Amino acid sequence: MSGVEINIKQLDKSFGTLQVLHNIDFHVKSGEFVAIVGKSGCGKSTLLRTLAGLENITAGEITFNDRVVKGVQETTRMMFQDARLLPWKDVITNVKVGTPNRDKAEEALNNVGLSDKRNDWPAVLSGGQKQRVSLARALAGDPELILFDEPLGALDALTRIEMQELIEKLWTNQRFTSILVTHDVSEAVILADRVVLIEDGGIALDVKIDLPRPRKKDMKFTEYENMILEKIMHK
Amino acid sequence: MLKGTNNTFVNHILPWLVPAIFIGIWQVLGQVGFISQNFLPTPLSVVEGAIRLGESGELFDYIFVSTGRALLGFLIGGIIGFVFGLINGTFFIFEKLFDTSIQMIRTIPHLALIPLVIIWYGIGEEAKIFLVALGVAFPIYLNTFHGIKNVDKGLLEMGKVYRLKPFQLFTNIMLPGALPSILVGVRYALGIMWMSLIVAETIGSDSGIGYMATSAREFVQMDIVILSIVLYALLGKLSDFLATLLERRWLQWHPNFFKNKKQSKQKLKGEHRSVGSRN
Repeated sequence: MSGVEINIKQLDKSFGTLQVLHNIDFHVKSGEFVAIVGKSGCGKSTLLRTLAGLENITAGEITFNDRVVKGVQETTRMMFQDARLLPWKDVITNVKVGTPNRDKAEEALNNVGLSDKRNDWPAVLSGGQKQRVSLARALAGDPELILFDEPLGALDALTRIEMQELIEKLWTNQRFTSILVTHDVSEAVILADRVVLIEDGGIALDVKIDLPRPRKKDMKFTEYENMILEKIMHK
Repeated sequence: MLKGTNNTFVNHILPWLVPAIFIGIWQVLGQVGFISQNFLPTPLSVVEGAIRLGESGELFDYIFVSTGRALLGFLIGGIIGFVFGLINGTFFIFEKLFDTSIQMIRTIPHLALIPLVIIWYGIGEEAKIFLVALGVAFPIYLNTFHGIKNVDKGLLEMGKVYRLKPFQLFTNIMLPGALPSILVGVRYALGIMWMSLIVAETIGSDSGIGYMATSAREFVQMDIVILSIVLYALLGKLSDFLATLLERRWLQWHPNFFKNKKQSKQKLKGEHRSVGSRN
């Protein structure tokens, strides 16, 4: 199993007369972790949803490993801001939505540290636990690409740090390609190999984060963070 | 103050206190002659009447016949309402095609059709089953339709990303998502079911509880008239109780029904945590 290589060429996306994404050219290496940041309504979520196959593109093309793709791909998984667990299935059955293989589901649940909750209903879990189950569900099917649509946005600060560490650990072990949409620049710099800024439907900044992992919030970290923030805020 | 409790007295005895006192006062007032036996027989004489009819076997025949009609009508009407609710809720084109017509028919009080139904079917079985089915179909239709319509769009999108097939989407997301609403429809429809049957049996019938009441009226057997009213109340309560059992079984995942799940899971694991400890 390895991450998928993504190429986006001259992608346009419009909703009616409203152009959301314009002429996007974008390349993601196999196993790379890319964060997409930008203000609300800049089109970053739309870009993620076109990669997921949930939105059709208006023009251009998307290739995974040099193969043109359309629609939802079997090796792509997505995590949403809300966990989207099935409330009427217990935890392990929710994880099994991601794979028909029983052992893989148990293993994935174990990897997120929630094996002891396997028989519980989602309604009794905390917000962070729900997202961990959702992560296990995404991982269970050995994905080549995971799309994160602000999955940590609704969590409290401490839970968020735990989740960031967990995602980084699992990504380091399994090397699926990751694309994270977030409005938290600090989170982007903590997790990503590259941070991409989307502005007015186009790529305004594409910066490689050249810091060792796991990342510490030192001088260099702050420099990256400030540089990206300044670019977003047009200072 | 309004919290639930595990107290047996509060849960199982308190709800029956008001009916018990009511019946007690009724018995006393009848016995001392405050209420004339010809106006309203005492509860005890109603029970005697029930025993009399029970010994001859008539009572059970009537209950059996009425219940059979109720269930058959419910089944037919329920299936029709459910199927239409399902396809109209799922496919936009069917909603456009059928929903307006169904809403128009729904506004007609179904009991207004009795004269027509008697002309069509006389006092045969069809008339009663038709009325019950007609009355039951609409609440089931409406609640199934709205249940399907209101299934969480986020879950459906998740199902799409995980490439669930249409049938899996239906069984794993749409149906369970709509189930709480469907069960509300079922409980409501059970009430309509008995009401329709009572009216239909009272107006024209040669068997069943309604027939028992009308023929008792002709012979001024007040105890039997009261008995038939009580029977309808008991059967209505019984069917509602069965519906709540279904709710508890099928909606275990719902926070409203949690106590149940914890108990069953504990039995499964063989753990001996006390049930009340987490409440």
